[in-house]
Amino acid sequence: MADTKPQRRVFFRIWDSDVAASFRRSPVAIVSGVVALVIVLAALLAPWIAPTNPYDPSSLNLMDGFTPPMEPNAFTGNTYLMGTDNQGRDVFSTILYGARISLFVGVSAVLLAMALGISAGLVAGYRGGWVDAVLMRVADVQLSFPSILIALLIFGVARGIIPPTQREAMAIWVLIVAIGLSDWVQFARVVRGATMVEKGKEYVQAARVIGVSPLRILIRHILPNVMGPVLVIATISVALAIIAEATLSFLGVGVPPTQPSLGTLIRIGQQFLFSGEWWILLFPALTLLALALSVNMLGDWLRDALNPRLR
Amino acid sequence: MTTPLLSVRDLVVEFPSRRGTLRALDGVSFDIAPGEVLGMVGESGAGKSITGAAIIGLIEPPGRIAGGEVWLDGTRIDTLAPEAMRRVRGKRIGMVFQDPLTSLNPLYTIARQLTETIRTHLDLSEKDARLRAVALLDRVGIPAAARRIDDYPHHFSGGMRQRVVIALALAAEPELVIADEPTTALDVSVQAQIIDLLKEICAERGAAVMLITHDMGVIAETADRVAVLYAGRMAELGPVRDVILHAHHPYTRGLMGSIPTLDHAADRLVQIPGAMPRLDAIPQGCAFNPRCTQAIARCRVERPALRPVAPNHAAACWLADDAEPAHG
Amino acid sequence: MAEPFLTVSGLTRRFDVSKPWLNRVLEREDRQFLTAAADVSFAIEKGETFALVGESGSGKSTIAKMIVGLLTPSAGRIAIEGQAIDPNDPATMRVLRRRMQMIFQDPFASLNPRWRVGDIIAEPIRTLGLMSGSDIAPEVARLLGLVGLSAKDADKFPHEFSGGQRQRIAIARALSSRPDFIVCDEPTSALDVSVQAQILNLMRDLQDEFGLTYLLISHDLSVVRHMSKRIGVLYLGRLVEVADAKRLFHEPQHPYTRMLLDAVPDLALSGRRRKQVSGEIPNPISPPAGCAFHPRCPQVMPACKTGVPVLHATATGMAACILAGPPFAQTP
Repeated sequence: MADTKPQRRVFFRIWDSDVAASFRRSPVAIVSGVVALVIVLAALLAPWIAPTNPYDPSSLNLMDGFTPPMEPNAFTGNTYLMGTDNQGRDVFSTILYGARISLFVGVSAVLLAMALGISAGLVAGYRGGWVDAVLMRVADVQLSFPSILIALLIFGVARGIIPPTQREAMAIWVLIVAIGLSDWVQFARVVRGATMVEKGKEYVQAARVIGVSPLRILIRHILPNVMGPVLVIATISVALAIIAEATLSFLGVGVPPTQPSLGTLIRIGQQFLFSGEWWILLFPALTLLALALSVNMLGDWLRDALNPRLR
Repeated sequence: MTTPLLSVRDLVVEFPSRRGTLRALDGVSFDIAPGEVLGMVGESGAGKSITGAAIIGLIEPPGRIAGGEVWLDGTRIDTLAPEAMRRVRGKRIGMVFQDPLTSLNPLYTIARQLTETIRTHLDLSEKDARLRAVALLDRVGIPAAARRIDDYPHHFSGGMRQRVVIALALAAEPELVIADEPTTALDVSVQAQIIDLLKEICAERGAAVMLITHDMGVIAETADRVAVLYAGRMAELGPVRDVILHAHHPYTRGLMGSIPTLDHAADRLVQIPGAMPRLDAIPQGCAFNPRCTQAIARCRVERPALRPVAPNHAAACWLADDAEPAHG
Repeated sequence: MAEPFLTVSGLTRRFDVSKPWLNRVLEREDRQFLTAAADVSFAIEKGETFALVGESGSGKSTIAKMIVGLLTPSAGRIAIEGQAIDPNDPATMRVLRRRMQMIFQDPFASLNPRWRVGDIIAEPIRTLGLMSGSDIAPEVARLLGLVGLSAKDADKFPHEFSGGQRQRIAIARALSSRPDFIVCDEPTSALDVSVQAQILNLMRDLQDEFGLTYLLISHDLSVVRHMSKRIGVLYLGRLVEVADAKRLFHEPQHPYTRMLLDAVPDLALSGRRRKQVSGEIPNPISPPAGCAFHPRCPQVMPACKTGVPVLHATATGMAACILAGPPFAQTP
């Protein structure tokens, strides 16, 4: 069944599906999709697109510092699309590399949160009883704290454990774990609710009559049927995780300046806002805004597209 | 014949969809005389509920009435403004739906819902409206109506709730009651009570009934005439006895034969091969032709119109004139 | 006489329907139990169709679920050819699972919407390890043919089929482990009548071909009459009458059976006027004392309000009514 015909059929099915049709009809979805795609592609292809490599100290020229956008530098005569920062790094290039880190952290954190939340939700919803009670009370407790506080807490604990020499290298991973752990609850809740609905359906009973194991029922039967709402939350969560990463980096507890994410860039940029070098702040901030907004709008559209007909 | 109370002419209801416009109802015409009970049967998707919804102007958008006319006692009602239509609903046409829970507001007492309906349509004081409401509840068989009127819908059992809904439908003395699967959600032993009640109370008040159901047994017991719908089109229309015992349309015959009965045990049931076509795949010619064992070439190209086959009895089949009226 | 195929004795199931602990404490309420099935006993012969009829709350689906192992009985014993069904004994359950299957009411819910039809039908084969990989596809094709579908349908998804076709798929799945016993829980109540006839005919053909034993659960007396050899009538979790199908319809012994028969609409227009049936089914959490049917019974006697009648032999089979014979059980 692995020849090309089924694949073409799969493509056609996706193109012809209600979701795809609703995408084609929604200008907001198309614009958000294009914006998000451009940013993601630019971030992925940063090493080939970016005019300079901002991580390579040898390519930097301090004389290039504070060059305004689209104006030749007074000393070197170089022109930069979005200007340069205090160290002469090309802002456009740092944004491309920064978006790369922001996206990596955001997506990885959401994947972690999904893995945790889906597992907890499936088990709680299917088993019920005290397993459900314990998992959901933990979730309730966690929900009563702002997630940024949880992330800060995890970050603090991690700093205490990791030796100082490793801290810079580990910073990104700590950030992912911190954001991921602070975000699993909503996945768990939605999956739990959907699982409780699905497990009462007759196709699950049919599997139980044959003696299919609970684990297999959860993974092969129930999981595919609860993924719709999970995808919606995941999309919106990516936007929120990118913002959370930016917030933490802005507060100085995120990724180090040597490997700046969009949040780090904004933190650096805000120091120069009132001395007239507005571009160092403005362009990373706009990028963050465009990225988070477009992903969020995609999530909103996806929710509307999946909701009315498919259920 | 007396002038009809309700007259539906060439009704067409369409639902625009991504894959083109779906015709849920295609040229349906029928009359209901004052005080008459017209049964409307068909399988799910045949368009029977949509017919009811179209008459009372409650087609869910984006669906719309794309053609035809609906006349109530000499007034055209399908073109009325929403506000005027709202006054017709409730006052002149009462409604009973399948699920009594959805037709009652769970947050209000029965008293409030009944008196509100009565006072919207009739010029009565609060006190008189309440008296009338109690009398109605009493009439539909709610024990201790004067006390129970202040209960909420969830205090009533399924059958009692459907009785309340019938009281609500009749509160403003309508000329026509549209009952859409009024007994489907109820237990067998309760179904009979509700059907009998509906029939009795409407006869008593001279209200005509349009009874929409998939249950031929209910129709057989209740209706004066029956309309059989298939794929949004009228297949057969006639007095209930004639249609059940001497059906002219092969679909009606198949439908009757496929119902198992208590009285004689058949070894095999008559079965109609296949299933009703989806609205996006209605075949050319007669919509029933791919499932019909008697189909001729003409059935596959030309759509038969509903034409008289006996007094007061019409069928939409090319063979209807020649066909021997078959026994069930 | 040979041992019956399926024996059910004293089957009872109680559900805890109490409010959560905190609510109970605050509202000073006791624990509440719903007895969905009480002391139900019957036997099914090999190759016959036995039907359980009843209205909502009669416990017919609960009994079906206990028999296929979806629910654990609170008390009582279920045995297939002498071998007891015990959901906690994996070894015997493995053997029995192959032999018994279930067809569900709603063909729109009983097939996993994300699975291809071929995988749905093959699931029992794969789970029970009945065949090796390369034999499965031809077997699925054979099963599809058996239920009147085409082998090509294996690659499609359930939403591409109508309700009747889906029920055929569900039947093919039930047949895939080559069972000898199938529990059919309202197999046609979600279908239109013309499609119902197709499914009922198919079920009969398959029974003739494979010598299947059916337990048919239904609220529709005409379907039950058409399909079954013997019938058990349930009311509020108790079996009130068991009899041969023909005799049950001609000479009902229990007043409830009579009432159910009277409530069936007369399609033949024979002029038989159906009798008004009074009252509704009581709340099963707090059923009436004595015979649960007594508040609705036209022939009620003082003794009915205190003693619970047990099943005993009558002219046609068995009935649990004081009018059909003397004995009472001890008042609980």
